[in-house]
Amino acid sequence: MCAFLIDLQQHLFLQYALLTGALASVACGVIGAFVLVKRITYIAGGIAHSVLGGMGLALFLQKNGHWEAVTPLHGAVAAAILSALIIGVVSLRAKQREDTVIGALWAVGMAVGVLFISRTPGYNTDLMSYLFGNILMVSTRELWFLVGLDVVVVAAGLAFYNQFVAVCFDGEFAALRGLKVDFFYLLLLCLTALTTVVLAMVVGLVMVIALLTLPTAIAEFFSKTLARMMVLSCVLCFGFTSAGLAVSYGPDLPVGATTILIAGAAYLTMIVVKRLALPGSIGP
Amino acid sequence: MVSHQLSFSMNLSAARSRRIRKPTLPERPVIEFEDVSFTFNRHPVLEAVNFSVKEREFVSIVGPNGSGKTTLLKLMLGLIHPQAGSVRVFGDRPEHARRRIGYMPQHAHLDPQFPVDVMSVVLMGRLGHSRSFGPYTRVDKEIARNALRQMDMWERRKSHFSALSGGQRQRVLIARALATRPELLLLDEPTAGLDLAVETELSELLHSLAEHLTIILVSHDFAFVSRYVNRVLCVKRTVVAHPTSEVVGETITRLYGSSLKMVRHDKTNSGASGPCAHS
Repeated sequence: MCAFLIDLQQHLFLQYALLTGALASVACGVIGAFVLVKRITYIAGGIAHSVLGGMGLALFLQKNGHWEAVTPLHGAVAAAILSALIIGVVSLRAKQREDTVIGALWAVGMAVGVLFISRTPGYNTDLMSYLFGNILMVSTRELWFLVGLDVVVVAAGLAFYNQFVAVCFDGEFAALRGLKVDFFYLLLLCLTALTTVVLAMVVGLVMVIALLTLPTAIAEFFSKTLARMMVLSCVLCFGFTSAGLAVSYGPDLPVGATTILIAGAAYLTMIVVKRLALPGSIGP
Repeated sequence: MVSHQLSFSMNLSAARSRRIRKPTLPERPVIEFEDVSFTFNRHPVLEAVNFSVKEREFVSIVGPNGSGKTTLLKLMLGLIHPQAGSVRVFGDRPEHARRRIGYMPQHAHLDPQFPVDVMSVVLMGRLGHSRSFGPYTRVDKEIARNALRQMDMWERRKSHFSALSGGQRQRVLIARALATRPELLLLDEPTAGLDLAVETELSELLHSLAEHLTIILVSHDFAFVSRYVNRVLCVKRTVVAHPTSEVVGETITRLYGSSLKMVRHDKTNSGASGPCAHS
């Protein structure tokens, strides 16, 4: 821990990692709260995994097709938005098929990604870092891209805060007030998609779901309003990513996995304490 | 209660022979149903429904479960459309008239764990009036505040919605409907799950609102209905309109079947008597 604090002052990659965690936390706090109350965690999971398809294709084009400008991050964003729109339209048009489509996109996206990465020359360490996170390898360019995503997500999430709350709480009433409920639902899914891309930089796309839901779930217990829940889960998320970095640094553990375990442990502790303090309450 | 509004406007057989009322009153129906039929999954829910509701009437829609009460409300809101006939609200298509309607749904369909405080719920009634993004305006907050005061829920404005009792939630949802500044208030089962004391309080609140608004409420509770409303629409696939005073045992038996037990209360102070159905 001490070594981490000393090295943090010297090494740029550690500062970048900490900053990436902070950026991810802001997006996580704002969008994670909507994901939790709208109960679309499973959709977020599907989107996060299908992102690998876009990353693989972008990597393949960059290395084989010599499209130098295309980075895996671009591919991730494109794939995330695409699968968010597909799932969103299916869920609006044919609700009963929703989980099937999510499952299909989840697996097909990953399969596409694995195939393209296997056909890409060079080291295949990329695959592992996409799946499980590469927060220590974030470049300046990627950091700026994340800042851009963050600005989009947070600005949209806050500008339409009242609309999102109304649509999540009582969609029928919101529609009667003249709100374009379907539009806001699709927009929320797209913002969720962008958030999963940002979070995937920290913990990898396999573990995105945990970072999206755990801080928010803990925050929910202490929050009366969605706004408070957002601020609190933002702080918690930053706490978890920073703690993950610090704890894993000395013994050289995988950062993503360490972060998730810390978040999981915090959530578990919260449930146990809640059960002991309020024996009457049911469930987490 | 205004007595000239008590007269019933239509029944099934006399669909086209609407009576002419006193010429001094503005003849302006808020709701008009003409030969409306609605079928769901090939099951007829409503058949050849004809009725109209005038301005500042306080009307109750009663009927047993599954009789099509909520369907009537949804038709008025334009959430569903009839296979035959026409529905007009303020002389317009329901979708166009929505903005003038304050709607209170049954709170049972809302997520009880949703982290939202009372004030935020009421402010949702300002959406569509307010700007299309960003925070609510000062005017919105003022209107929401008044709606909360009107429903006597101002003290609970900071409470978690899920921490409220059933009756308090109903009142918050009515306040949300009022915050839309409606000309017509549609309430779906506002008395569901309330005890008698709370119910009486709520009925009195609605009664005072009825002086300025047209109110249509769905209820399966005759006791509530008979004392306050001008007119009762009995639904069981068709709709029959009754002035409140006419709702007697025979009507109820026809509507609910003979297994129903009738209780007749003679109310103290009011001098009036109303039927009350207990199934």
